[in-house]
Amino acid sequence: MTLLSVRHVRKSFGAHVVLEDLTMSVEAGQCVVLIGPSGSGKSTILRCLNLLEQVDDGQIVLSGDDITDPRVNADAVRARIGMVFQAYNLFPHMSVLDNVTLAPRRVHGIPAAQAREKAMAMLERVGLADKARARPDDLSGGQQQRVAIARALVNGPELMLLDEVTSALDPELVGEVLDLLVELKSEGMTMVLNTHEMGFAREVADTVCFLHDGRVHESGAPAQVLGDPVQPRTREFLRRVHG
Amino acid sequence: MTTGTDTPDPDGRGGSVLRAGSRLAGPQGWAPSALERERAAYRKRRSVRSLTVSALSTAVVAAVLVVLVTSAPGWPAVRHAYFSWDKAVASFPAVLDGLWLNIRIMAVCGVIIAVLGLLIAVGRTLRGPVAFPVRVLCTGYVDLFRGLPLLLVLLLLGYGMPALRLTGVPNSPLFWGGMALVLSYSAYVAEVFRAGIESVHPSQRAAARSLGLTYGKTLRHVVLPQAVRRVVPPLMNDLVSLQKDSGLVSILGVVDAIRAAQIETAIDFNYTPYVVAGLLFICLTIPMARLTDWVARRQGFQGAGGHL
Ligand SMILES: Nc1ncnc2c1ncn2[C@@H]1O[C@H](COP(=O)(O)OP(=O)(O)OP(=O)(O)O)[C@@H](O)[C@H]1O
Ligand SMILES: [Mg+2]
Repeated sequence: MTLLSVRHVRKSFGAHVVLEDLTMSVEAGQCVVLIGPSGSGKSTILRCLNLLEQVDDGQIVLSGDDITDPRVNADAVRARIGMVFQAYNLFPHMSVLDNVTLAPRRVHGIPAAQAREKAMAMLERVGLADKARARPDDLSGGQQQRVAIARALVNGPELMLLDEVTSALDPELVGEVLDLLVELKSEGMTMVLNTHEMGFAREVADTVCFLHDGRVHESGAPAQVLGDPVQPRTREFLRRVHG
Repeated sequence: MTTGTDTPDPDGRGGSVLRAGSRLAGPQGWAPSALERERAAYRKRRSVRSLTVSALSTAVVAAVLVVLVTSAPGWPAVRHAYFSWDKAVASFPAVLDGLWLNIRIMAVCGVIIAVLGLLIAVGRTLRGPVAFPVRVLCTGYVDLFRGLPLLLVLLLLGYGMPALRLTGVPNSPLFWGGMALVLSYSAYVAEVFRAGIESVHPSQRAAARSLGLTYGKTLRHVVLPQAVRRVVPPLMNDLVSLQKDSGLVSILGVVDAIRAAQIETAIDFNYTPYVVAGLLFICLTIPMARLTDWVARRQGFQGAGGHL
């Protein structure tokens, strides 16, 4: 079943066209990894999927609903999608627990005690139950990243969007986050993520999409796209990344 | 701010759970080396010297000032007119009574100003075409009352509004004096709040919206709490300033500390009550100023690291 389908999406900032004609689809339970040079629009497409940016043209369909239709309630759509930002974007004035309970309480109207229970269970999952009372600023980068993942997961989203979840972490912590994502995938979570780390992409991806010129330039199984790319531009990119 | 679990905590502040835990693992029975003892001795010598220098220079400056003032030809007359002890004692109760009114004006107006200022600031930062009239209205308000001198607003409202003799509108000078303070200060305070709102990084809004929070809930739970925290020190500065400016209502004939002092001076043309009023105002603002410093320092320490 196709959970997400992106059709001919165009997005520009002023005269700068970032996404020209982007088409891709994500099956339920799949993990799609976007790769491409810096500035190729990887973060932009994730922001469009979460309606944080308005597309210039094209369509995004989530579980059969056209979410680019101006008549849909964008807040309700965002509540169905979990997003993890590259810089974590935790709320510094709240404790870790309050960061995680904010959406259950204020979006889904779950009573405080019940929300706390849900949030604690989620923090337990990411191994941070003992940090529930801490402030985000007092945590390490890897811990903050896992809180951000817990915050995005707590409402049971249909789709997770993860923007460079490992770029700020040292190799050991990358492993930590990777394990978490592999576990999520095994539970059937659908994910779209972008990364600069090809090793990471190879491990979690069902499909790898190489973004170039505002399009999906090449896509396929990780072994094929990363190991034996068809397109010369993909090959050049990978050669540069691997140095 | 450091995030490592094994960071030693040399100055023992133990700011976080992590640090508090690591302090237990700190070195036990450490004795400073000869090098460190020598450095400590040097630091101590240096601080003793700078303390001596600052104490001496303060004393010299003070002495010069006292000599300069008291040796002026008009000093005896000034001392009698402004620094008469008996007059000070005699006028003190009346001036203090007046000051109590200043305090009440400040407290009541302060609360109204904070609420109104925050509303105007939020109004100015609303987005979208629907909010256009609100933005225009709030911007116009701020432009108008930030440009008008407070004294002018006081005179216009204090004399003008009662003269209109509108039914149902109070005509007490105290009411209109307070109103003038509220109108002027709200414009300033709104700008302080607005600066705070705009200082919250857009990624914070994005994170809140991505969770499904509406514009209003994002403002209420994510943006405003951070914005208000950041502007507490400048706001307290405005509160100190309001405390002083509450004395301006005296021009409308309201018997506050300044007006009370004026009445006292009219008895025998001795101006000591003004000095008494001045000292009382200072006594009122100093604790507030120290509190402001303390809050600012605490925030500076907390906000020094971490967030985007
Ligand atoms: N809000 C914005 N306003 C103007 N230009 C923008 C905005 N957001 C992104 N861009 C531009 O769009 C282009 C794509 O940005 P994007 O962040 O999607 O790249 P990316 O592929 O995620 O890069 P990186 O790998 O470095 O994160 C960049 O050239 C960027 O300057
Ligand atoms: Mg990016």
